[in-house]
Amino acid sequence: MSETVKTSLLFLFVGILILLEGSTSFLFFSGSWNSALVILNMGLVSAIMAIGVNLQWGFAGLFNVGIMGFVALGGLAVVLVSTAPTPGAWSQGGVGIIMALAMGAMTLVAAVATMRMVPAGKLRVAVLLAVLIVGFVVYRAIFDPAVAGVEAINPALEGNLGGLGLPVLLAWPAGGLLAAGVAWLIGKTALGLRSDYLAIATLGIAEIIISVLKNEDWLSRGVKNVVGLPRPLPYEVDLQNDAEFVAKAAEYGLDPVLASTLYVKLGYSLLFTVVLLVLLWMAQMALKSPWGRMMRAIRDNEVAAEAMGKDVTRRHLQIFILGSAICGIAGAMMTTLDSQLTPGTYNPLRFTFLIWVMVIVGGSGNNFGAVLGGLLIWFLWIKVEPMGILLIETLTAGMADTNALKVHLLESASHMRLLTMGLILLLVLRFSPRGLIPER
Amino acid sequence: MDFLNALVALTNFVGVPAIAYGSQLALGALGVTLIYSVLRFSNFAHGDTMAFGTMVTIIVTWWLQSMGISFGPLPTALLALPLGIVSCMLLMLVTDRTVYRFYRTQKAKPVIFVMVSLGVMFMMNGLVRFVIGPGDQRFADGERFLISARDFKAMTGLSEGLAIKTTQGITVVTAVVVVALLFWFLNKTRTGKSMRAYSDNEDLALLSGINPERVVMYTWLIVATLATIAGVLYGLDKSFKPFTYFQLLLPIFAAAIVGGLGSPVGAIAGGFIIAFSEVTITYAWKKVLTYVVPESFEPDGLVQLLSTDYKFAVSFAILVVVLLFKPTGLFKGKVV
Repeated sequence: MSETVKTSLLFLFVGILILLEGSTSFLFFSGSWNSALVILNMGLVSAIMAIGVNLQWGFAGLFNVGIMGFVALGGLAVVLVSTAPTPGAWSQGGVGIIMALAMGAMTLVAAVATMRMVPAGKLRVAVLLAVLIVGFVVYRAIFDPAVAGVEAINPALEGNLGGLGLPVLLAWPAGGLLAAGVAWLIGKTALGLRSDYLAIATLGIAEIIISVLKNEDWLSRGVKNVVGLPRPLPYEVDLQNDAEFVAKAAEYGLDPVLASTLYVKLGYSLLFTVVLLVLLWMAQMALKSPWGRMMRAIRDNEVAAEAMGKDVTRRHLQIFILGSAICGIAGAMMTTLDSQLTPGTYNPLRFTFLIWVMVIVGGSGNNFGAVLGGLLIWFLWIKVEPMGILLIETLTAGMADTNALKVHLLESASHMRLLTMGLILLLVLRFSPRGLIPER
Repeated sequence: MDFLNALVALTNFVGVPAIAYGSQLALGALGVTLIYSVLRFSNFAHGDTMAFGTMVTIIVTWWLQSMGISFGPLPTALLALPLGIVSCMLLMLVTDRTVYRFYRTQKAKPVIFVMVSLGVMFMMNGLVRFVIGPGDQRFADGERFLISARDFKAMTGLSEGLAIKTTQGITVVTAVVVVALLFWFLNKTRTGKSMRAYSDNEDLALLSGINPERVVMYTWLIVATLATIAGVLYGLDKSFKPFTYFQLLLPIFAAAIVGGLGSPVGAIAGGFIIAFSEVTITYAWKKVLTYVVPESFEPDGLVQLLSTDYKFAVSFAILVVVLLFKPTGLFKGKVV
């Protein structure tokens, strides 16, 4: 069987799974088209994240365990770009916050300059400490009252600066840009680290980004969440009140409520598919180009590539930024889909390690593999729970319904999810270490 | 007098908690470091290994409590600890046989081992949640305080109280004993020496007739012991929750790396550095300052450098800063 046929069959298989989810309630399928589209939409977003990670790991061998941070930054971009600015927030403290941040940045620049200019010794330590302490005190003196001012404005609904009020679709590329900018900063400092040190530094930086989102209320409302973000598609209620739409739905024999929910979800699926295809095409072109060959050469033998005159550090920085930007785009898309930013829900099991499972299972180094892994693993992530319940019900069919063991097992069935993901990852790594669609 | 009060307040809110937390982190980081030096990979499943050992200990504790057995003023969990350690050891050995050994014989790259440990992490995490559920479990019993704040005030006549929880006392004593035993084992016994030889230079160790499988087995046994003890101490001191234990991975890694991966002394130093900086940077200094500065200079705010939610952020900021200046940690860790 040729590679192309195998790839097509695997994609067909995932497609059939999603179709079955919509059309039949046999076994663990729910028989709801809404549910099928929900799975498909998040699957598409996950596939995009997987492309980003595959770019870093599959192409260049960079072990980035901070995906969650970039996804969250994408989400932040949606708030900053598409929400309306909070009235009065800028005059209350916006300017102060900007000034304080500039002051903070200047302190860091001054600290770096001290490191460069003053020769090593006690003097340097003293000057450095003085710069940092004075900088921090001044920063807090400007920052704290400004933040208090902004956060005091209607805190039940706002209390943050708000955004630019631009169309929400612009937030997607903006999410990519924001993630790319932060990736540049991180890459400049962390990419000099080797192997496990890099992995754990990125893991930590993602945690730092999340704590900033959780705590800086003036920016993201923190754990109070930003809800009701604008969306690129009409609201279901409006569609249901639209006589033309109702008539059209009746033509297809659909209930207007069902028709409107499906219409919106399908709209998202189309938008996401377009983004996915564009990024996939770009990733494929990059892989086949001389640039992609150079990346893989660096990945396979860094020393040799360096000897051939390739600037390994620069290339690593480049691909770190590109991959992170893709994760940022996906994060912005996900926040738009949810129409809310909830910093408390970002957790590394779901937004970092699960994406890694997708890339490895799909086949690292192969873009189609990453996409397949994203769709398939997401389907399983959702469906393992009903599968587990079904399995336990079958196994304990002989027991009475009040049996303590049976009750406990049924209650715990939902935790089969993590267990199964681990098992899948271990099985793939053992028996098909190059993934379902291996690198060519 | 005011100076003494300030000192007591500082010990009470910063010193004692940070020493206890630092000991827990140090024990965890020692486990990570041992695996890194012998098996040569960062074990992402370490937090969940701790959770597994602790979970077994908790279940045995509950069983003992239901039988009416207690340990007097000490927590019953200490009686259950050996069973927790043994079952954690069994789990480690089974995992090594079924999962890691295959890659060892293949001489797989370290990063493959890290991926594999991700899989193990998922499975252990699922297993723990499956058995005990995702909720919060408290299992500390026995006497709550070694010294309560009120007793301390009555004893010394100071206006600030000093409270030391029993669990904090146990943590520090246990940590000292365990670390002493570990260093004795590594430096004095034959097996310990062969572990260090294997970690320093694998080929040379193999040439001199050291059995690698034996070294690996002992490493897992020690790691299981350290992880269970660290996990139970943390659980007694705070509380047990599977997700918290997964998150503990972050400060533990930070501690091991700040010290330098592969260096046991570094792991201990790293644990205390991380713990002290987390506590001092997120502590509200107002109370201490009001004792030492003249009244007119008393601060209005809480004088908190960062809000407590930034705990994890602090440990990583330190990690990043240390790595910028010393790319392999303070005590010159290894790179594989």
